[in-house]
Amino acid sequence: MNASELKIGESREIIGFSDDVLSLKLIEMGCLPGNQISLNYIAPLGDPVCVHVEGYDLSLRKSEAASIIIQ
Amino acid sequence: MKIALAGNPNSGKSSLFNQLTGMNQKVGNFPGVTVDKKSGFFKDAKGETVQVIDLPGTYSLYPKSEEEEVVREVLTNKEHPEHPDLVIAIVDATNIKRNLLLFSQIHDLGIPIILALNMMDLVRKRKRSIDNILLNSRFNVPVIEINARTGIGIQEIKNLVTLPLAAPDRIYFENTGSSGNPDHDQRVETLERYKFLDEKLKGIVHDPEKINTTLTRKLDPYFTHRIWGYGILLALLFIVFQAIFSWAEWPMDLIDGSFQQFSSWLADILPPGIVANLLTEGIIPGIGGIVIFIPQIAILFAFIGILEETGYMSRVVFLMDKIMAIFGLNGRSVVPLISGVACAVPAIMATRTISSKRDRLITILVTPFMSCSARLPVYTILIALVIPDELIFGVINLKGLVLFSLYILGFLAALIASLIIKQFVKTGEKSYLVMEMPSFKMPRWTNLSLSILEKTRTFVTEAGKIILSISIVLWFAASYGPGTAITESQKAVNQLAAENQWSEEMTQVKLDAAKLQSSYAGHFGKFIEPAIAPLGYDWKIGIALISSFAAREVFVGTIATIYSVGETSDELSIKEKLAKEVHPDTGEPRFNLAVGISLMLFYAFAMQCMSTIAVVYRETKGWKWPMIQLAFMTTLAYVSALIAYQVLR
Repeated sequence: MNASELKIGESREIIGFSDDVLSLKLIEMGCLPGNQISLNYIAPLGDPVCVHVEGYDLSLRKSEAASIIIQ
Repeated sequence: MKIALAGNPNSGKSSLFNQLTGMNQKVGNFPGVTVDKKSGFFKDAKGETVQVIDLPGTYSLYPKSEEEEVVREVLTNKEHPEHPDLVIAIVDATNIKRNLLLFSQIHDLGIPIILALNMMDLVRKRKRSIDNILLNSRFNVPVIEINARTGIGIQEIKNLVTLPLAAPDRIYFENTGSSGNPDHDQRVETLERYKFLDEKLKGIVHDPEKINTTLTRKLDPYFTHRIWGYGILLALLFIVFQAIFSWAEWPMDLIDGSFQQFSSWLADILPPGIVANLLTEGIIPGIGGIVIFIPQIAILFAFIGILEETGYMSRVVFLMDKIMAIFGLNGRSVVPLISGVACAVPAIMATRTISSKRDRLITILVTPFMSCSARLPVYTILIALVIPDELIFGVINLKGLVLFSLYILGFLAALIASLIIKQFVKTGEKSYLVMEMPSFKMPRWTNLSLSILEKTRTFVTEAGKIILSISIVLWFAASYGPGTAITESQKAVNQLAAENQWSEEMTQVKLDAAKLQSSYAGHFGKFIEPAIAPLGYDWKIGIALISSFAAREVFVGTIATIYSVGETSDELSIKEKLAKEVHPDTGEPRFNLAVGISLMLFYAFAMQCMSTIAVVYRETKGWKWPMIQLAFMTTLAYVSALIAYQVLR
């Protein structure tokens, strides 16, 4: 499953990425395999989403969240 | 000595820069790219001058944007003119591991480096601790605790830079590029670095409890709510719009009045002649035309500064991203577009907050379609002339409805233009949203005032030059004519005045009209008449089109002069005079419905603003985009005015 399928408040472990270029940026911003990612809230129109990772909040588009593979 | 400040976005880098340099800073360009270079200087503990450069915020040295590319280039290329002797890496202690990633990359470049640990107060507030001394010995570089908000640690930096600092003696990692896939190699290297940092940070960071009930956590559900979120955003945008529209009015009137007074005072004391004319009609009004924008720029940037500093701007992006993405725009395009309803000049400067180059360019290109306040006097006079005072359904005033439609038209034009431009502008840069949602903070007022000062100074010095040059050209064109054309036409007026015993005032009004008609601008108006005749305009309107290139509202003044209305402040007299003007061929009123609508559409779409062109030149760092913008806006204006006139006449 991927991070765009998280439910609000749900926390899962990151295990990998499906987008080669985007993954580097996500890693640099703290989305490391092994870290927990949880969904804070979703924008009113269903996109983008705000997640909590590595002690801070990150907002990203649904399509971008979908490239984060979680357990 | 040259030092560079490097760090993640939101790490407090700019605050440290402001603390170090105070007023001794300036904004320039990095050669060859459209990235602003913030540089300044300070005196170190020994009194030596130290140059500082504030590098754009980045998460790593593997660039994903032009700004990040600049950071990489400055730090890795030893031949680069900005290559520093020392780097201060600012690390946000609340998110130390992620921030140390960039530090470790810069460390490995072999440049002497100081680690400035910022936001330790927040760390302590969260009952965590970071052992600086251990950090210092583990990484073997000087570690300074700073507070970029209050200035703690600044003196230590000023002491430290006087000491000879050696380059780090060992390198943590090297990207060997072994797999042939750079994305893969960079990812592997980054993960290795994190693993290394995990090891190094063992026993340094104590994080006894995870606290998630911060103020931000409590506020965010409201700020991003589907009703409250948009409600708050709308209310804030309304306040910003009101402020630029109305708060700026009295300082602008004051500036306008002072420059006029100064001009007439100077005209009285100087001997009449070309120098006096150039000063009082060309240069001083030209400078006045630059200074008049300062209140709007300052007010808009005060608001934008507050939105950015508090962290609210990220929520704006979060709320608007989905909607704006449809039009190839960005969540951050909202503020410039709304500000454009007051004035495109500060609005275009505000696009600097848009990090995607492509989204920013599109926003710059479409913002001038928003109906700015300078169009209002033009619309008002034309609506008064050609739109009848009728009520629709007994309640809606037709004049009001037309004015409202013109505003909607501008907004739609901006959105449709974005859709079209989106197809053509390809920067090869994929648009990402991925962005940090900073926690809510109080704005730092010194940062705010420095940023307002800097924006104003940039506008005055860079866009100002172009505005002043064009004003002087336009003044010359309206004041001088080929050969003796002006003196001859004025001789004729004086003769008529003597024959018909005109009053002095009447004579002066007729003299002004004759002067403008026989000037270069007048000749140019006649020259372009064949081109604008299909739009329903004569050469007199042509002159007004040319002179209002300085600013749209000049249309009203020029029309008043050319039709010898006299006192231009009296809107009613302009209207009455223009209403009596007849078309020489048809004998019908010159300003009929077809001509009126055609002119309104022309002013809705045409660029007709040299200050906007100047500021687009400044923001895109070249003439290419302002010229493309001028061409497409003028073409659109011409075609729609043509269609309107041909259908309605």
